[in-house]
Amino acid sequence: MSRITFALSDLRAKGRKALIPFITAGDPHPSHTVGLMHALVAGGADIIELGVPFSDPMADGPVIQLACERALIHNTSLWNCCAMVAEFRKTDSRTPVVLMGYLNPIETRGLDAFCTLAKDSGVDGVLIVDLAVEEAPEFAPKVRSFGLDLIFLLAPTSSDARIEAIAREASGYLYYVSLKGVTGSASLDIGSVTAKLGQIRRHTALPVAVGFGIRDAESAAKVGAVADGVVVGSALVSQIEKHQSTPEVLPDLLKSQLAQMRAALDALN
Amino acid sequence: MIYENLPDARGHFGPYGGRFVAETLMEPLRELEAAYNMLKVDPAFRAELDKDLALYVGRPSPLYPAERLTRKWGGAQIFLKREDLNHTGAHKINNTVGQALLAKHLGKTRIIAETGAGQHGVASATIAARLGLKCVVYMGADDVERQSPNVYRMKLLGAEVIPVQSGTKTLKDALNEALRDWVTNVDDTFYVIGTVAGPHPYPMLVRDFNSVVGREVITQSQNQLGRLPDALVACVGGGSNAIGLFHPMIQYDEVKMYGVEAGGDGIETGRHAAPLSAGKPGVLHGNRTYVMADDNGQIIGTHSISAGLDYPGVGPEHAWLKDIGRVNYVSVTDDEALAAFHELTRVEGIIPALEPSHAIAYAKKLAPTMAKDQIIVVNLSGRGDKDIFTIAKREGISLL
Ligand SMILES: Cc1ncc(COP(=O)(O)O)c(C=O)c1O
Repeated sequence: MSRITFALSDLRAKGRKALIPFITAGDPHPSHTVGLMHALVAGGADIIELGVPFSDPMADGPVIQLACERALIHNTSLWNCCAMVAEFRKTDSRTPVVLMGYLNPIETRGLDAFCTLAKDSGVDGVLIVDLAVEEAPEFAPKVRSFGLDLIFLLAPTSSDARIEAIAREASGYLYYVSLKGVTGSASLDIGSVTAKLGQIRRHTALPVAVGFGIRDAESAAKVGAVADGVVVGSALVSQIEKHQSTPEVLPDLLKSQLAQMRAALDALN
Repeated sequence: MIYENLPDARGHFGPYGGRFVAETLMEPLRELEAAYNMLKVDPAFRAELDKDLALYVGRPSPLYPAERLTRKWGGAQIFLKREDLNHTGAHKINNTVGQALLAKHLGKTRIIAETGAGQHGVASATIAARLGLKCVVYMGADDVERQSPNVYRMKLLGAEVIPVQSGTKTLKDALNEALRDWVTNVDDTFYVIGTVAGPHPYPMLVRDFNSVVGREVITQSQNQLGRLPDALVACVGGGSNAIGLFHPMIQYDEVKMYGVEAGGDGIETGRHAAPLSAGKPGVLHGNRTYVMADDNGQIIGTHSISAGLDYPGVGPEHAWLKDIGRVNYVSVTDDEALAAFHELTRVEGIIPALEPSHAIAYAKKLAPTMAKDQIIVVNLSGRGDKDIFTIAKREGISLL
């Protein structure tokens, strides 16, 4: 059983919801990332999504675009991201880590080389924003053969046929994008999220995490009430942006920001 | 050689093309593909499109014998396909007229577009004005600066022009921003992509709408010359004017084809926009194709004197045509393009845009290597009015 599946089944057994923070690796500087990952765990993270910076993040809003630009000033590469996970693993062998990014950096390095290094570094899953399930016939089995989970996005526009096709290729969990838009958008409609989750669950038993539009304890609790997990990204990354010149305050800040969401989620049961 | 009818059902040209976008856009793209496949064989849609191309765009455009240029260069006969004479001054309108009709049939009330040189933005704003659609154009902040006449033109036509400040502030960033708008407003918005890039079905439908150029050249060269040309030359940014000229003649192996990329300061300097000449396969803007990227897979900044060619990717069909060897992809530098701009202006009294000036510059190299009874057709994809400020500035002349 993968580290992700183990963590999520354990949570499910306890009736708890997964809290999944996202930060961009290398932001504000590569030397801070591992410390921030540990701070996220201290704040109550169950899984960490670590963004691999890309020059053309077409599915991201301004907050994560700027995070990518900050990380790329210091040339944060896919290889550096794996090294950060390896470093994190030295003191945390429990918390699953998912690398989230775009296809080109992976293709450039070669899928085999990437999967080998990711696995050796202690990465648990991969989420590639611009890899649609139709384009994954070779990719998906390859990633799985290395024992990595391949996480896919689902969207408000996903049809029943697509949900089914995606659920067949996915493992670990599914990531439901709560709205039509880019990361950092604010308009969360809990009614439509609830309805879509019902539709998704008719096709799969995989846990479903919901992201986009979750920015605080209140929105986390609302979504946590209907989903298996909540993903919070831009709200954390905006703090990094705001305090980029005094990065020493960031671990405590992110930890307490996340702790509030953790408390709100735990209050659900 | 028999060429397969590409793209295949998944939008692939060999290993290239496809649909690499976030999940939210997958279903809208499938719907667009289905609507297009239905409408393209619908006689009423075809008639409406043909009428617009004739009466609004002003087609067919002439196939002009450039006799003085031919004599000067001393080789093959040069013919210019005069896309510069279209309404709005470039080939881009062939595509926007088609996509706007699709938008209308799909009941969309708002169109968005990305633009580099501003020609596609102007063409989109134009057709939006005519159809009463709301129009938003994304343009890299650097391009807004260097193509200011076109920015003003778009505003006069009622479009909102949004300068894009992210990344390299050029065409690729405008495309990212347009995709972000589309994913947010996909219910009422049609994304009019300006070149044969983007996710399937865009490379196919933009090609089809521009193929009127190559079809006309077949008819015109049969009528005027009694045979097909020996060589076709077109500049390649994303590749829409080139594929429009090439595609209808792909199966005629005797017709040689040359796609001319922007060599900028020279390929060896790294400051250029020539992914087919110096890039490698990768994934950008929803398709797999040749891209300019560093060893970590980050897309790198490009350079060209011509904003319309300043793009690190290229349409996936060109990537395929390169690999199978059907089209020769070459490049010319900024300086060579600039010299060709002046030469055509002085010798034929035609002011070309900087983009097709690259094609002219290559034709000048090619012509003397061919016999005098051979024929080269150059796609004169647009006129140069928009570029006079750039050229004056480069030559140290103040226009104000
Ligand atoms: C006149 C003209 N030609 C060529 C191009 C390059 O685009 P494409 O390669 O798609 O024809 C542009 C783009 O703006 C243009 O304005």
